[in-house]
Amino acid sequence: MTPGTVLFLILALIAVASAIGMLTSANAVHAALFLVINFFCIALFYLGLHAPFLAMVQITVYAGAIMVLFLFVIMLLGAERISLGSTLRWQGPLAIVLVVLLLGVTIFILFSPQIGSQMPVPEVWTAAQAAGDAEFGSPASVGLVLFERYLLPFQMVGILLLVAMIGAVVLTRDELKTGRKRREAQTAVSPDGQTGEVGEA
Amino acid sequence: MSDFVIFLIDAAVKAVLIIVGLVLGFAYTTWLERRFIARLQSRVGPNRAGPAGLLQPWADALKLFFKEDIMPTDADRIIYTLAPAVTSVPALIVLGVVPFGGQISLFGYQTTLGLADINVGVLYIVAVTSIAVYGVVLAGWASSNKYAMMGGLRATAQMISYELAMGLAILAPVMMAASMSMSDIIDAQQNIWFVFLQPIAAVIFYITILAETNRSPFDLPEAEQELVAGYHTEYSGMKFASFFMAEYMKMIAVSAIFSALFLGGYRFFGLENLLGGWMGPIILFVKIVASLAFMVWIRATLPRFRYDKLMAFGWKVLLPLSLANAVVTAVLIVLDIIPSFA
Repeated sequence: MTPGTVLFLILALIAVASAIGMLTSANAVHAALFLVINFFCIALFYLGLHAPFLAMVQITVYAGAIMVLFLFVIMLLGAERISLGSTLRWQGPLAIVLVVLLLGVTIFILFSPQIGSQMPVPEVWTAAQAAGDAEFGSPASVGLVLFERYLLPFQMVGILLLVAMIGAVVLTRDELKTGRKRREAQTAVSPDGQTGEVGEA
Repeated sequence: MSDFVIFLIDAAVKAVLIIVGLVLGFAYTTWLERRFIARLQSRVGPNRAGPAGLLQPWADALKLFFKEDIMPTDADRIIYTLAPAVTSVPALIVLGVVPFGGQISLFGYQTTLGLADINVGVLYIVAVTSIAVYGVVLAGWASSNKYAMMGGLRATAQMISYELAMGLAILAPVMMAASMSMSDIIDAQQNIWFVFLQPIAAVIFYITILAETNRSPFDLPEAEQELVAGYHTEYSGMKFASFFMAEYMKMIAVSAIFSALFLGGYRFFGLENLLGGWMGPIILFVKIVASLAFMVWIRATLPRFRYDKLMAFGWKVLLPLSLANAVVTAVLIVLDIIPSFA
């Protein structure tokens, strides 16, 4: 085995173990941390595949931003102690069936000679490999592909994200307004001049 | 020896040098801070242990080693123990992509001073700083103490808010140098430093690194007057020292990064080639010490932000300003009004 393979196997083991740990932890904070470990393994896989740009973005966006926000919400709500109980019990058997199906399809594709040979390889990839590995996966080459070949999808994703962002802003603003109205209403009805703040909590 | 073995030894020696440099730097940054802030407040500061108090850090370390290691009853034992390590690691690894000198020759062996000059250097820095908050948050949560928890929550909110402005501020030197490699950015500043070409980005970046390292006036996660000691309230002994160490190592690391991005890094208009290239690290050292002294000066001068003001400043001032700066820089580069050093 080459050092690369050994490294891959160790990482794969950690990735799978952390994924299982994430699923089986009862404590939400522990589950989130296992997921962070898993994201790190995936970033290291990207590095092994000569995609350093993707690896760094994976860490910044998923481990650095999204999971930090998850942890923030879990801690703020004290949600790590809330047990879901039996409401999700029916999902277990269903998940097993779906996993077996997915695994079956994956193994079929990987090992059937007909499909395996016809697997489409992106043109960009082969071109980059032909040109040599030096620039493959560098920020410049990723940027060029993104802004020339995939400009339209890139812009559309940008618009989608903008819509989601505006949606989030509107949702929080709306809550503020109704909250103020309710408070005004409560102030109006309370006879002894109480502000009605108690009901707001 | 094969090339691979030489490469491994080369990298290992540089990594050990960076780590030893950071740990020693931590010890003497505490000394610098205590002496300098004492001067600013018309005091003398620690001057008993050794000449001018130079042995004070070692005395402190010795004391902390013999402190009792306390574990709160309700603490999450594993995470409580891991948190100090998780805080220290990003501070130790972030300098891996920053060159601290040019080509040197040591007993006939040619090498570049700098661990890894990768083409995503700037992104690596952004990635490592973005995960630096985990140690603080986990320490706050695992202590199962409400003050520690508040400190952890504050640290999270602060990091997320200032990270965006920091990323956008870094964009300016990246666009000017047309590269994400730290050595390219330093090379692009051979004639003029980016702090003069990009003053707004430099100021925003400096403010955000103060926030990311929880330095005053952004030290809300450990605000003594409100939160006892914030996220490390329950920690003692060497675990407490680890948090302390991480904070000072982060100060050194971000000072080095600021020097590389805006102050020309190890270069000083050709002077770095003196002494067979060994002048480079000395120049970088001087810049880092200047930046550290500036941080101490800020701490002695500015009062702490109020929490809502901190958030408003991050989201309503720094973020729009850094975004506008990035857009204007991009447009000016495309129109060839300001030069890009590609």
